[in-house]
Amino acid sequence: MKKIEAIIKHYKLDEVRDALNKIGIQGMTVTEVKGFGRQKGHMEVYRGVEYEVKFLPKVKIEVAVPAERLEDIIKVIQDNARTGEIGDGKIFVSNLEDVIRVRTGERGKDAI
Amino acid sequence: MMKNQKIQNKEQRTKNIDHRLHDTDYRPKTIIQSTLPIKILALGSLFLTLLCSPAFAGEASKPDTGDTAWILISAALVMLMTPGLALFYGGMVRRKNVLGTIMHSFIAIAIISLQWILIGYSLSFGPDVSGFIGSLEWLGLNGVGLEPSPYAPTVPHLAFMIYQGMFAVITPALISGAFAERMKFSAYVLFIILWSTLVYDPVAHWIWGGGWLSKLGVVDFAGGLVVHVTSGISALAAALIIGHRKGYLRDSMTPHNLPMTVMGTGILWFGWFGFNAGSALSSGGLSTMAFVTTHIGAVAATVTWIIIEWMHRGKPTMFGAATGSIAGLATITPAAGFVGPMPALAIGIAAGCICYLALNSKTKLGYDDSLDAFGVHGVGGIIGSIGVGLFASSAINGVNGLFYGNSQQLFNQLMGIVAVALYSFVLCVIILKVVDALVGLRVDERSEEQGLDITMHGEEGYFL
Repeated sequence: MKKIEAIIKHYKLDEVRDALNKIGIQGMTVTEVKGFGRQKGHMEVYRGVEYEVKFLPKVKIEVAVPAERLEDIIKVIQDNARTGEIGDGKIFVSNLEDVIRVRTGERGKDAI
Repeated sequence: MMKNQKIQNKEQRTKNIDHRLHDTDYRPKTIIQSTLPIKILALGSLFLTLLCSPAFAGEASKPDTGDTAWILISAALVMLMTPGLALFYGGMVRRKNVLGTIMHSFIAIAIISLQWILIGYSLSFGPDVSGFIGSLEWLGLNGVGLEPSPYAPTVPHLAFMIYQGMFAVITPALISGAFAERMKFSAYVLFIILWSTLVYDPVAHWIWGGGWLSKLGVVDFAGGLVVHVTSGISALAAALIIGHRKGYLRDSMTPHNLPMTVMGTGILWFGWFGFNAGSALSSGGLSTMAFVTTHIGAVAATVTWIIIEWMHRGKPTMFGAATGSIAGLATITPAAGFVGPMPALAIGIAAGCICYLALNSKTKLGYDDSLDAFGVHGVGGIIGSIGVGLFASSAINGVNGLFYGNSQQLFNQLMGIVAVALYSFVLCVIILKVVDALVGLRVDERSEEQGLDITMHGEEGYFL
């Protein structure tokens, strides 16, 4: 099993969710996050004082997936989150030891 | 309204003369220093004007302190409605557009106030030009001073002017609900200047400035036609022309801060007492009646709305209660000073039912009137204007409706609605086309996705 963490633009969230739904992904966790990469920040002016906004708001999607479906899912996320401009985000993949469904106690793939 | 004012003015004049007899302060210094015979002459001439020529006395009358105080307070109350509207609308949009939406209302206060004192007041209330528009004689408030005007014979002309100015301010701001979250700021500024000058000012003149509709017997107590039908119908035109928001009916577009919307509702409701009761243009019986009917209309619509919602959707929502109260207030506006308490109750119930229906059929009709400027104000203004034609009673303000034996009034009101709606729609379409050609109405897709706060104004409402 793998865990995918994708950091994407806010306004791409709905597209990504719909596309993942379509290929049978049944659940995900979404968090509002801030960060910076190559996009850096931008300037905002409040009452004459300039602030450099160093951290830009993004959303993070977390999905647990069976290892054999990993590449499909990565492709769907990438296709739907992409605008082609700097600041489109990143996808992190890591190994997932176990998953437990709280209600039934199922473990592993059955619990995804 | 005029008939009743005349009666009130008579009482007023008598009161004024009494004041003058007992109060030495009223007289200019030169008279105080003059000799006794001249004093007697002056007093004598006052009596003569009172007895022989009431019309003349009206023009020469001194402003009444009670009426002036009430009009000035009402002007301040109506002014507060526009920031109230800003919060009302601001809470309903997604958080990336909160400041852009609030800005639409807030900037209207500044821009339209300037338009009003420079040209708008003269176009609306200046000396009549063939029933269609006011002349430019009062340009830049030329000749608009502290002497009362024929519009409100017991308050200084400037007080009447600034009170009316607050109406001119909130009306274009109401339209902004139709194109929230996607209009370019430069286009908005251009739009409200053109719209106020070409739609609001002429229609205000037709009905309140002695224009052709008022001569045909159309009445509108506080702006059901002048404010709500003009802005509501224009909102429909704007929603159709500018098109729906990106992702409309696909993405979640739930209000980002309903407590903000409810706070705005409270401020609007509070300000509405100045809007409606102030429209009596005097302080006394008529303003009291309008105050009471306004409140009755609002509460009746609120209760009606949540009952329907409870039955239809299973739960009574706070957002529904807030929307219902605004629908009731908009609907009672043209009728406030023409009907009694029980007809106001009926009008409020009608507002709750019909506006609920209008809002719920919006998605079926396919246009994206984002914050329901048409569904609440357009529909409400039309129902209320029909309500005047049905329920008006001459015992209250000199006009009878259908239920009091005057079917002509209902016909007059329908004619007024058709004329104002048609004119507003056509002119609004032309103005939007012109603005689109000049600067473009809509922000580009990327800016719309990012939100107007950052892309139009370079600031954010909230930080993580």
